[in-house]
Amino acid sequence: MTKDQLIAKLKSIVEPYIQNEEAFNNLSENTDFINDLKINSANLVDVVLDVEDEFDIRIENDDMEKMISVKTAMDIINEKLNAK
Amino acid sequence: MTGKQIIKLLPYQQPFLFVDELTTISNESITGHYTFKKDEYFYQGHFKDNPITPGVILTECMAQIGVVCLGVFMLKDELSEVNLPQIVLTSSQIDFFLPVYPEEKVTVISEKEVFRFNKLKCNVKLFNERKELVCRGKISGMMKIGQSDI
Repeated sequence: MTKDQLIAKLKSIVEPYIQNEEAFNNLSENTDFINDLKINSANLVDVVLDVEDEFDIRIENDDMEKMISVKTAMDIINEKLNAK
Repeated sequence: MTGKQIIKLLPYQQPFLFVDELTTISNESITGHYTFKKDEYFYQGHFKDNPITPGVILTECMAQIGVVCLGVFMLKDELSEVNLPQIVLTSSQIDFFLPVYPEEKVTVISEKEVFRFNKLKCNVKLFNERKELVCRGKISGMMKIGQSDI
């Protein structure tokens, strides 16, 4: 999967939970889930569960704490996919 | 942990406690009851001269029994006098089928769908005394033990 494909998948996963449309429309690798997209902690859990389903991976508590931006989410997803 | 102990730990009181009794509890599901009193405060306005339990109150009853009580039970090993449960309702999606009148006893049955990263999501049903389905849906909350922010 290319970087752009991964970002596109993440973008569709976070869409139901974002509260800032402008930041969502300009989503890039540097977008922060909490500060930019204004996703709350309950919905961040939904994002993680949806990421698990989409990529067929398991996110642990340690990973969850790091899943705060598009960049860190991509790193964790790639790490898990490579370990499969 | 008994139903009585769980109810004692709840952060609600009259007139906003909608749990009388918990009958079966496990890490997967919970069953509880509440009887709506004749003089509940909301019947004064819902509706004029025609008291019917508001849907938001039925939702609250489902959330208190189905999510909060179940969550308290699941976190029981971490509980203490200084470490009380902290709970926030984060989403609800409920469909309503039948009205509930004053003095009706309702039964709430809730099954855990997922409990991860402090988020508890449940499928909850509420029945009347005739065992008819009154409402059902999904309710989620964030919960954890202790003083820190959720």
